[in-house]
Amino acid sequence: MPLLELKGLRRSFYGLEVLRGVDFAVEVGGITGLIGPNGAGKTTLFNVVSGLVPPDAGSVRFDGRELGGRAPDVISRAGLLRTFQVARGFPKLSVFQHLMLYGRDQPGEGLMAAIFGSRAARDREAELAEKALETARFLRLDRLIDNPATALSGGQKKLLEIGRALMAEPKLVLLDEPTAGVNPTLQNEIGERLLELPKRGISVLLIEHDMGFIAHLCDPVIVMAEGQVLTQGTFDEVRNDHRVREAYLGRRAA
Amino acid sequence: MLNYILFIATIGSIYALLALGLNLIWGGAGMVNLGLAGFFAVGAYTSALVTTTGHLPIAVGWVLALIAGGVAGLVVVLSTTRLREDYLAIVTLGFAEVVRLFAANEIWLTKGTDGISGIPGPGKAALGQNFNAAYLLILLAVLAVVFVLMRRIDRSPYGRALRAIREDAQVAQVAGKPVLRFKAQAFALSAAIAGLAGALYGHFTSYIAPDLFLPLITVYIFLSVASGGVGNPSGALVGAYLVMTLLESARFLVEFIPYVTAVQRAALKELLIAVVLILVLRLMPRGLLPERIPRAPKPQTGGTT
Repeated sequence: MPLLELKGLRRSFYGLEVLRGVDFAVEVGGITGLIGPNGAGKTTLFNVVSGLVPPDAGSVRFDGRELGGRAPDVISRAGLLRTFQVARGFPKLSVFQHLMLYGRDQPGEGLMAAIFGSRAARDREAELAEKALETARFLRLDRLIDNPATALSGGQKKLLEIGRALMAEPKLVLLDEPTAGVNPTLQNEIGERLLELPKRGISVLLIEHDMGFIAHLCDPVIVMAEGQVLTQGTFDEVRNDHRVREAYLGRRAA
Repeated sequence: MLNYILFIATIGSIYALLALGLNLIWGGAGMVNLGLAGFFAVGAYTSALVTTTGHLPIAVGWVLALIAGGVAGLVVVLSTTRLREDYLAIVTLGFAEVVRLFAANEIWLTKGTDGISGIPGPGKAALGQNFNAAYLLILLAVLAVVFVLMRRIDRSPYGRALRAIREDAQVAQVAGKPVLRFKAQAFALSAAIAGLAGALYGHFTSYIAPDLFLPLITVYIFLSVASGGVGNPSGALVGAYLVMTLLESARFLVEFIPYVTAVQRAALKELLIAVVLILVLRLMPRGLLPERIPRAPKPQTGGTT
């Protein structure tokens, strides 16, 4: 059974159909790439799957549960975490607070536990703190641990995005352009760190424009164009598909 | 003179309670409650009515004021969930006016603009001259409890999630935080504190009337939190006493300005307060005691990785 299964997903904005019946499945484990020319509907698809935008029609089955149209926090707690294209988030929170925030199962987030204190909350907090420090070390953000997120460079923000996923331990994480606007050296580093996610049981679905990065990391690759899935397969299969070339470069004049 | 100082300290402590409540939602979750005076009034009237007309003990009045404030807060915040965030400010402002007009017009219940007098003070007859001092002690004890609770919330995972919601509610929700629950709880708790502050106010002055709950109080409390440091409970506390001291000392300072009429003096008083607050915020934009980002614990040496 696939981890995520989309069927006939549709969504329009102001009469324009951005998703025109999207069907695909993401299997457990590994890094699945989602590519396609600008305007293919990739980010809208992420918005629909993560609950920010309800679908007009279709189903989002995740881990045996129908999640289409549910609230974002419900979807997130079901184990489907999404990060954002621009390093959006919490500028004033420090790297540490940021990582802690994404920790899974926090009894201390109950108001009563916050006021009266609870053993479970304290223990979990200590566990998460250790995990957060370890995650920061892994991402080489440990020296910046008390810096507010605004003080990070673009690349460090991207690394922190991966940190979010490592802390939340979702079953599937949706990453929107994890290397956009990052220099090649750091891009490699981000790629390295990404490979850690499937090792920890976190499957990845990512949108990316850098084909070298896709070729190196993603299998399978799903290609979207004009609000539908065009094809899917290994990077080489997809690259040699003439429909994919047409979608990117335009149809050859007959 | 001593009584005057006790009076100022008492009112200052009541402002401090309100400021702590406001800081929870404004500093914590970024929610703007322009109807603070309304929740303050709800608490004051609840406790005044149940202890005068209702003949219930004062302590019961205080508890009921706390509950009434919380319930009013819950109703207001839940009725605005479908609106965009800015509208919370407008709805709360309207709420405070509705409360005030209700108190002024529903004479059968609130005695209208005459107000409710003879609100009992705890042990007032027995304490006599010492009542003001004793009451201040009660207030400081309540304030201490509320302060400790607010600081606990501030440093808890709950407070961390609130801050995240303040920075970006949408991202917080995608991160799995039930934003509505956090906002509703925090707002209701904040309103409950305002309600309690109202009750404590009424039993101190023994008289309440609709005119005492003008939006100006709300403005003073916002000034308190802003000058003390938004997002830091200690800041809210310091800010409230600062604003109170400023309000009262300005009254004396303008007496020393020669060649002005009484009306001009009153205007100068407002001007002086404004200038000081502008200076505070100009020189310390984040307030006297700025919000602190809690630091990460030091990694244990030789710990496992």
